[in-house]
Amino acid sequence: MDYTFQFSVVFRELPYLLGGALVTLQIAFVTFWCGAFIGVFGAVAKVYGGRFSRRVASSYVTFFTNTPALVQIFLLYYALPDAGILLSSMTAVLIGLTLNAGAYLTEILRAGVISVRRSEIDAATALGMSLLQIVVNVMLPHIARTIYAPLSNFFIWLVLGSSMAALFGVEELTGRAINISTANLRTIETFMVVAVIYVVLTVLASASLALVGRVAFRVRAKVF
Amino acid sequence: MLEQIAEQIPLFFGYHNMVFILQAAGRTLGMTFVGCSVGFAFGFLIAVLRQTTLPVLFLPRLLGIAYVEIFRRIPFLVILFIVLFVIEPLMPGTSLFGIATVSVCLLSTAFLSEIIRSGLESVPMQQIEGATALNLSGLQTLFMVILPQSWKVILPPAAAFVVMFIKDTSLASQLGVIEMTFAGEMLVNRGFSPVLGFGVVLVCYFAMSYPLSRLAVRLEKRLEAS
Repeated sequence: MDYTFQFSVVFRELPYLLGGALVTLQIAFVTFWCGAFIGVFGAVAKVYGGRFSRRVASSYVTFFTNTPALVQIFLLYYALPDAGILLSSMTAVLIGLTLNAGAYLTEILRAGVISVRRSEIDAATALGMSLLQIVVNVMLPHIARTIYAPLSNFFIWLVLGSSMAALFGVEELTGRAINISTANLRTIETFMVVAVIYVVLTVLASASLALVGRVAFRVRAKVF
Repeated sequence: MLEQIAEQIPLFFGYHNMVFILQAAGRTLGMTFVGCSVGFAFGFLIAVLRQTTLPVLFLPRLLGIAYVEIFRRIPFLVILFIVLFVIEPLMPGTSLFGIATVSVCLLSTAFLSEIIRSGLESVPMQQIEGATALNLSGLQTLFMVILPQSWKVILPPAAAFVVMFIKDTSLASQLGVIEMTFAGEMLVNRGFSPVLGFGVVLVCYFAMSYPLSRLAVRLEKRLEAS
């Protein structure tokens, strides 16, 4: 079996691919923050909420963490037009991934909220701290330390998970790889280069997240 | 839209469709089961390899670390494409199911190895030193001292990981493996409403992964207490 690798045709398209990596990062970024927004409400509802809101939050989490994001996006993309709502492929992917991220981040943030012991809040109240002071000085340091590592892992998961956007025609890293490989027919080389870009991208992301964690929250996060 | 769905329901839940969906569910479970079993075996080997300190094993150890770190950072979709285009010319005639299963194995080896490693590392160093002082061999230390204590750290995330993989195999549909998601797409292409087709697929995935994720939570609570 002889096969000569030809990477030059792929390297020629490197700027195009790197542009795709930027789109990948954008998708991950947007879905992460929108998901975190949902997650804060979900976590608060699950911990402090009444019966009803707790029920709603946990069924949301159970549904989205137990079904594949791909099928959820399929449903958004192909079923909603029947109801008269037409989503572009990018919007469908963003909504689908955001709802997913919201569910996972609810669980992560909940673990953070639980990590604050009741007695510490009581002690802070006894010291006459205001609610804002309690949140900033007592709760946040605990929460940051508990959730920082899972949060940064989840961001990496989102970077990798956003590759499914390619299946809907969004031109992010994987999507652009598919475009190139159908043109130059050097599929193995193209996807190997893309795999390397993903590895570099996520290593850079974890390294910078670890750095931010160490400087801002004094969390000893590991890159590897 | 609702009338259309109501109209299609008797036809959709006919005998042949049900058999088709069940077979597809079987393929999804098959890929997950084979992939995670093989992944557990190889992941275990790599995790143990990373715990050794023999100088002879330096290179294999390095390769193991590189493997785990690289494969955890490549999207499953990209791995699927690479495996497809590498295996296709090397072994023409390999079924798509086989190719997808190989990709699942590759990825799950990396992830499970990391889970197992954190389990092995959860055992305090003093115990291993104690075992060495008692003249236990390396393998004896592993199987009689380390493993019995690390299961409780390994099992809960491993179960959660299998749930993740049931869901990730949905990407194999893009190769053309007739698993749950592909079955849904085929039914929709046959003219059934997307709400019905993908809705039923979602319910099936839920039925497969919910018991497992309950088990993961149970295990975590159970083992934490002990």
